[in-house]
Amino acid sequence: MAFTLYSLIQTAILCINAIAVLHEERFLSKFGFGVEQGVGGFGDDPGVKAQVLTLIRSVRTVMRVPLIIVNSASIVLLLLFG
Amino acid sequence: MDYTPTQSGFRQQPNMRLRNSSADGLEGSQLFEDTSGAAHGLQTGNQQAGPQAAGFTGQSMLSDPMSNLALAYGSSLASQGREMVDKNLDRFIPISKMKYYFAVDTVYVGKKLGLLVFPYMHKNWEVSYQQDTPVAPRFDVNAPDLYIPAMGFITYVLVAGLALGTQNRFSPELLGVQASSAFVWLVMEVLAVLLSLYLVTANTDLTTIDLLAFSGYKYVGMIIGVVAGLLFGRPAYYLSLLWCCAAIFVFMIRTLRLKLLSDAAAEGRLVRGTRNQLRMYLTMSIAAAQPIFMYWLTYHLIR
Repeated sequence: MAFTLYSLIQTAILCINAIAVLHEERFLSKFGFGVEQGVGGFGDDPGVKAQVLTLIRSVRTVMRVPLIIVNSASIVLLLLFG
Repeated sequence: MDYTPTQSGFRQQPNMRLRNSSADGLEGSQLFEDTSGAAHGLQTGNQQAGPQAAGFTGQSMLSDPMSNLALAYGSSLASQGREMVDKNLDRFIPISKMKYYFAVDTVYVGKKLGLLVFPYMHKNWEVSYQQDTPVAPRFDVNAPDLYIPAMGFITYVLVAGLALGTQNRFSPELLGVQASSAFVWLVMEVLAVLLSLYLVTANTDLTTIDLLAFSGYKYVGMIIGVVAGLLFGRPAYYLSLLWCCAAIFVFMIRTLRLKLLSDAAAEGRLVRGTRNQLRMYLTMSIAAAQPIFMYWLTYHLIR
């Protein structure tokens, strides 16, 4: 499999987009990741589920604006250069 | 032609200075006409005046105060630029931290390569510390370094080119393709390990560069496998790859066990609890991913 650095960038953008579009109410509550169930304890064992939840939430908060910029840039570039 | 020994006092010095650099120049200009001398306004074919004039201008360049000033200004500008580059580069790539990983010597490299191929006899896998900072790799064979992975990566790309060449499938672009492909797999592996370490909430002191170093150690086994396959054919490739896979598996487990698991579990006692179990699974999967990558990145080279 011949990977290039460009495909790595593409993969990264697609994955972060995928994490960013997960809607909390419609989708994540069905899996028990909902908004009202916060991170339960502050003990030293958050568990895998709480970590995943924290990760998703933090990615969505942090990467929202840069994703807009990066996505618009890639749309423009793909339109121009195919 | 005529070499008048004392044409002027200058001739002695320029000839000595230019003797090493243009030893052929004198003979060369003897064989054909020295037309470059015309640019300096000298007579053509006058090869004695040629080096004399060059030496003369060389001397004057160093003694002229104006050019001394220019030299000093230029060197201060260069050092300023270098400071700025260093400062900005240090923000992205921590150069000072990298220097620790390249502080190796030949004895360390030899021992580490031996460990990578035969880790079964080594007893003490702990990294020794010196007042809270890990000791440089030069003094401790268990410390991770970046020299072997870097050299291994480059050697792997070259050996891949060699292997492709013996099958008449080589073209210079393929070298770049192999290099970027292997690099992408490496980056993805390091990111996956980082992600899983975050999810399991392992409190380790493993830095990203440590993980990069551990993931880079498999290139040694890959190179051994491919070279054995080139020299002795496919059975040798499979045998040596099997040996190196087992060796890397044991090496990774023994190294990561001390870093990832808690102290009790690391000593071999069975500790119950989901956290330790998760960490054990994580160690196992990191170690098991190495042979998979080793096979994946080399099987297309041996046909």
